[in-house]
Amino acid sequence: MIHVENLTKYYDHFCAVDQISFDISKGEVVGLLGPNGAGKTTTLKMLTGFFQPSAGQIRIKDLSIDDHPLEIKQMIGYLPESSPFYKGMLVYDYLEYVSRIRGVSDSDRHPRLKYLAELCGLKDIMHKAIGELSKGLNQRVGLAHAMMNDPEFLVLDEPTQGLDPNQIVEIRNIIRKIGKEKTILFSTHILSEAEATCDRIIIINKGKIVADGATQELKQSAGKETLIDISLLNAEFAAVEKELSAVAGVSKIKQISRTDDGILTVKASCRSETDLREPIYQKIKAAPWVLMEFRQETRTLENIFRDLTRHVSKEN
Amino acid sequence: MRQFTHILKKEFKDYFVSPIAYIVISIFLIVTGWFFFSTFFLYNQASMRNFFSLLPLVFSFVIPAVTMRLFSEELHVGSYEILLTLPVTFSDIIIGKFAAGVAMTAAMLLPTIAYPVCISLIGDLDWGPVIGGYVGALLLGGTFSAIGLFASSATHNQIIAFIFGAAICFTLTLLDKMLFFFPEAILNIIQYLGADSHFQNISRGIIDSRDILYFISVMFVGLYATYLSLMKKE
Repeated sequence: MIHVENLTKYYDHFCAVDQISFDISKGEVVGLLGPNGAGKTTTLKMLTGFFQPSAGQIRIKDLSIDDHPLEIKQMIGYLPESSPFYKGMLVYDYLEYVSRIRGVSDSDRHPRLKYLAELCGLKDIMHKAIGELSKGLNQRVGLAHAMMNDPEFLVLDEPTQGLDPNQIVEIRNIIRKIGKEKTILFSTHILSEAEATCDRIIIINKGKIVADGATQELKQSAGKETLIDISLLNAEFAAVEKELSAVAGVSKIKQISRTDDGILTVKASCRSETDLREPIYQKIKAAPWVLMEFRQETRTLENIFRDLTRHVSKEN
Repeated sequence: MRQFTHILKKEFKDYFVSPIAYIVISIFLIVTGWFFFSTFFLYNQASMRNFFSLLPLVFSFVIPAVTMRLFSEELHVGSYEILLTLPVTFSDIIIGKFAAGVAMTAAMLLPTIAYPVCISLIGDLDWGPVIGGYVGALLLGGTFSAIGLFASSATHNQIIAFIFGAAICFTLTLLDKMLFFFPEAILNIIQYLGADSHFQNISRGIIDSRDILYFISVMFVGLYATYLSLMKKE
């Protein structure tokens, strides 16, 4: 449904988005993840037609955004970052204005506004000025604005930014409710949020895609690699490295610290289908070391995210 | 192309929901009313000429004040992004906002119709120049609105937009009074560029195609400059 090819955006000489390509099919809920300044917002702004890409193609339902900007804008519901609406307007007036521009027919207008007020919980604030609303309510007005003409594709830029935990749960529930029927692309830098709401996650960093896959898949690939922290008394790092590297499946041993009272802490990275804790323990038992601590850490999405985004920044 | 009417309606309503419309209309009526009627009975003539002769000067300050928020505010708050991601074209946006400015000018002029009505009751008023004057006032208002709109699209600070717009309008108004500053070779061009003489022609009841063409072309230049300034923001 959405096809993005080699999308690039330069701000003067700074490359904010660097040859990004991805496809989103109908009904997917996709999270665009990345640290601040990775190019998430720029990508979304190009998708919604607010920014002109420096290079590359965007096609939505086989329509190119250069040739059919109006049709595409009509198909996309967009919630910009921090929802900058007209502060002086009443919520009702604003939503009515949007419904007219979005071409909701006169007979459908009232039921549609009523339905959206219900869905987004705006019933009690329809008569208030937008400038008076709290951040969370403002965000809900934004959701109603984005869904006005029942668009097929929703683009939400950091929908939960700046909200308190209760509001975050509320907004997430609304997104999940809508996501059952719609295609949604939303950006966030909160991992647990993407994990909880998305079918698929695209991680970008420094304008490049560093990972793209179903949430489950990414989690599983993360699960295969485990880290084991071991603290030993009376041990030399060279000897420990030699012994433990001999265990099949251990890919790397790294010294973490060595305290004055002789406790050596190492981290063993393991890539194996089976549990390596037993063979490692047997090795330690056979050696003249005293085991002080032994802990396995399963890699979560959080680790992958940190690795991917930190790794690239080091390269640069 | 019906989209621009929604923008026009919203912007026009915004003027009256906030205090702007009432303040601007009051100031306009007080200033024009005072300058017109303080000398009206001294002249002892049943004509509106003095009212129309001071209109360009008043308009060159009042109209930029009306148009200054049209784009600056959107750029400042960030709602410009929302506007551009709605299914509207640049021309819908520009024409909608421009039309709102013209409509506001018309709303400002509407109460002044009481003047000719009162004058015609106490004297023998020639309605031809009065009608010409109002047509000219709308053309002038449109021209200054287009310039004000451009000033507004150039900055996200409303005060700068006002000063910038007023400076252009004021210059255009005074241009044909400052002719002695210019070399003889370009005198004709400068005189043609001045807004005041064109307006005074129309308000005498002479509808000349040259004057109308002048207003329409300045309007077009203003709106096109707005378009270019918005395109540059991409």
